[in-house]
Amino acid sequence: MGILDSKIPSGPLAEKWTKHKNEIDLVNPANKRNIDIIVVGTGLAGGSAAASFAELGYNVKTFCYQDSPRRAHSIAAQGGINASKNYQGDGDSDYRLFYDTVKGGDYRSREANVYRLAEVSGNIIDQCVSQGVPFARDYGGLLDNRSFGGVLVSRTFYAKGQTGQQLLLGAYAAMNRQIHRGKIKSYTRHEMLDLVLVDGKARGIIARNLITGEIERHSAHAVVIASGGYGNLFFLSTYCMGANVMAAWRTHRRGAFFANPCYTQIHPTCIPVSGDHQSKLTLMSESLRNDGRIWVPKNLDDAKAIREGKLKPTQLKEEDRDYYLERRYPAFGNLVPRDVASRAAKERCDAGYGVNKTGEAVYLDFDAAIMRYGSEKALTTGLKDADDAHIRKLGEEVVEAKYGNLFQMYEKIVDENPYKTPMMIYPAVHYTMGGLWVDYNLQTTIPGCYAAGEANFSDHGANRLGASALMQGLADGYFVLPYTIGDFLADDIRTGPIPTDSEEFDKAEKDVLDRINRLMSAKGINSVDYYHKKLGKIMWDKCGMSRNAEGLKDAIKEIAALRKDFWENVKVPGAADDKNQELEKAGRVADFLEIGELFAMDALERNESCGGHFREEYQTPEGEALRDDENFKFVSAWEYKGEPKDAQLHKEKLIYENIEVKTRSYK
Amino acid sequence: MKIYLKIWRQKDASSKGKIVDYTMDGVEGDMSFLEMLDILNEDLIAKGEVPIEFDHDCREGICGTCSLQINGRPHGPDRLITVCQLHMRSFNDGDTIVIEPFRAKAFPVIKDLIVDRNAFERIQQAGGFISVNTSGRTVDANNIPIRKENADKAFNAAACIGCGACVAACKNASAMLFTSAKVSQFALLPQGRVEAAERVQNMVKQMDLEGFGNCTNTGACEIECPKGISLENIARMNREYLSASIKG
Repeated sequence: MGILDSKIPSGPLAEKWTKHKNEIDLVNPANKRNIDIIVVGTGLAGGSAAASFAELGYNVKTFCYQDSPRRAHSIAAQGGINASKNYQGDGDSDYRLFYDTVKGGDYRSREANVYRLAEVSGNIIDQCVSQGVPFARDYGGLLDNRSFGGVLVSRTFYAKGQTGQQLLLGAYAAMNRQIHRGKIKSYTRHEMLDLVLVDGKARGIIARNLITGEIERHSAHAVVIASGGYGNLFFLSTYCMGANVMAAWRTHRRGAFFANPCYTQIHPTCIPVSGDHQSKLTLMSESLRNDGRIWVPKNLDDAKAIREGKLKPTQLKEEDRDYYLERRYPAFGNLVPRDVASRAAKERCDAGYGVNKTGEAVYLDFDAAIMRYGSEKALTTGLKDADDAHIRKLGEEVVEAKYGNLFQMYEKIVDENPYKTPMMIYPAVHYTMGGLWVDYNLQTTIPGCYAAGEANFSDHGANRLGASALMQGLADGYFVLPYTIGDFLADDIRTGPIPTDSEEFDKAEKDVLDRINRLMSAKGINSVDYYHKKLGKIMWDKCGMSRNAEGLKDAIKEIAALRKDFWENVKVPGAADDKNQELEKAGRVADFLEIGELFAMDALERNESCGGHFREEYQTPEGEALRDDENFKFVSAWEYKGEPKDAQLHKEKLIYENIEVKTRSYK
Repeated sequence: MKIYLKIWRQKDASSKGKIVDYTMDGVEGDMSFLEMLDILNEDLIAKGEVPIEFDHDCREGICGTCSLQINGRPHGPDRLITVCQLHMRSFNDGDTIVIEPFRAKAFPVIKDLIVDRNAFERIQQAGGFISVNTSGRTVDANNIPIRKENADKAFNAAACIGCGACVAACKNASAMLFTSAKVSQFALLPQGRVEAAERVQNMVKQMDLEGFGNCTNTGACEIECPKGISLENIARMNREYLSASIKG
């Protein structure tokens, strides 16, 4: 247990970060010019970190598999970003944001990291506004806010349903400014295939040029992994198609511990699966739960009739509907945290109340909101005698202004008009709270190797609250790493450029080439997608919204067998020294087949339910998650020892000094 | 549905490409266009052929990666969506669909349906930013009040996803809509006014260097833009450019 040092500064919670910044080593501006940093991934965390490093004076190389840094999947975040600005005067504060985040994470995150996150959150908004990010504003010209799940204040800043896009374009613009100055060299259509260690420190990467297939060596004094999460191991998810765990997993295999792999967020409001051809799932922003009411029919017969197309949801009377979130959680209602909302939807559907053909969907209904907004609009515009149809029309306009792009997206995919009939939604894999283990400096267990954003594990515990991912990505990149990385690099001011013709680089490149050759020369029976879909089904059925020991044991066996089959029989057409999307996918799925097993092992090890990790054996009589603080108040950090089954578990004990650990209640 | 496909195949940037015919059976309306291509690729892999390469990533219309010219139109027949949001219900049984990469001199083909859009990167790098440090040591966000109307217009311009449909739609392969979206966003905001003159001049200069054509106001870009970026932005960029040039 002793080998995990979280390096949390001493002193009172609210003073730790300031104290730490005052005490860590700095690198003088002239010396920064002699130091190189590699950043892998250019989403919110990687993009903002790269721009900030370059601005400080370091030489930065960024890598992304997309054709532009702007296309990283942070761009798809819809709803918003939290900050404790208290612009609404509704009692918000750093402490409250900290409290909500720790409670939302079901008391499985690190106090000091989360407090720092809350502390810098306001600064993120200032920064983004000064960069020209067009957040929503009110008629007075000031910034507008909305509410997200698991909190009782309005602290979410947003740009329609495209907040992630606007924030990412802000970070991308900051990167472009530094590319223009020659301080960042941006490698697009490049994928990191391995981490190179020299004398135990992270000193470079092996990357593949995805256009030419060329294997390249890149060296630096430090490497930042900001390559996102691993949710795509479920095959169907709200992730982009290319999202993968390769950079993080290769780093893990080189010695970085992997923390809490089983903590996965299943988002309650996604468009349900339509058929076997499905390649990805589309999220409907949590912000919709500000106005949408979630329900299923109260009677099984009605649910059956709806599934068979004999009854329309709009025909069902109010008293025949079960607004189950409002019923079960009166205090938070439709705005309970994601894990709670997802499980509640699954519970109703498993009990036979699902409303689409497959029985795996519930309604998200805007009718009440449309009429409420319509009446308000009619009053404020002096239309005292407006009839229902007119009020409805006015209300639809208000709803369109708020969520227009989401409604349009829904209509395009489902071919139904959500203004007229309730949306159908079902939970889907959305985010992974687990990731590379990092200390307070965001350094992994490999010196000189850092992890930021979704790629690390640190801030969200067992469940992430809505609008907190954008906050964490930008906090890590703009405000944490630029300080903490100096503490490591201060020892490197005389090191000089790291050569790439060393034994270490030779060896790493050879490993990469061997791996590619093995993939290309397998027997060629089944396509990569065949394996990816099989893995996804095992994960969803046995490691999904609810898990039990028996299922997890099966999953471990099945994944190991599938991995063996994959390496023997996968079919990768084309050539390795060419643009080859199947080879790209094969490399990624190979890693998913390893992390999947570790995921199941971690879930099996954790004999409790917390946040997104729900073990059927551990629940209250009402079906709520039952934590075991006595035995499981720790971070699981797995050390690579060869096969996933040999991974060694280390525990970082979580200590709560500023918050009372109690049962999470949203009732 | 049975669908006849005519798809551009090209081995690499230096090879000559050609249209190849494929036939798809059992296509369902609920499939997305790209899912239809996924199935075709699985068939090709099973037959031992090299699958068709096409760019795609988020599959929800926001990353701007997908870039197919379908029956001569960027992102296909429907308006205000990207290819990844196009569904097969927009087609009929027996239809023939021609799929090509976006065509423009400044967007060379890399392989099959994939083009190189680095020219867009260089335009952004030339001036698509506000020169503010990323230290967060700036004024409180609410100390910069912005008229809602301007904030909304800036947002609408900023919604550009950089896909390149505007270029592919334009008979001159002009990048004016793309460039003007960024120029406009910042020109409309007080934070962006400080460097507005340099920005528009640098970005336009780079745009010309890349070999994009000029704008002749046909408006095809606006019609094909999946995000509905308005021609107004081109007018605003022209005004900005003119006033920057006069001031020297």
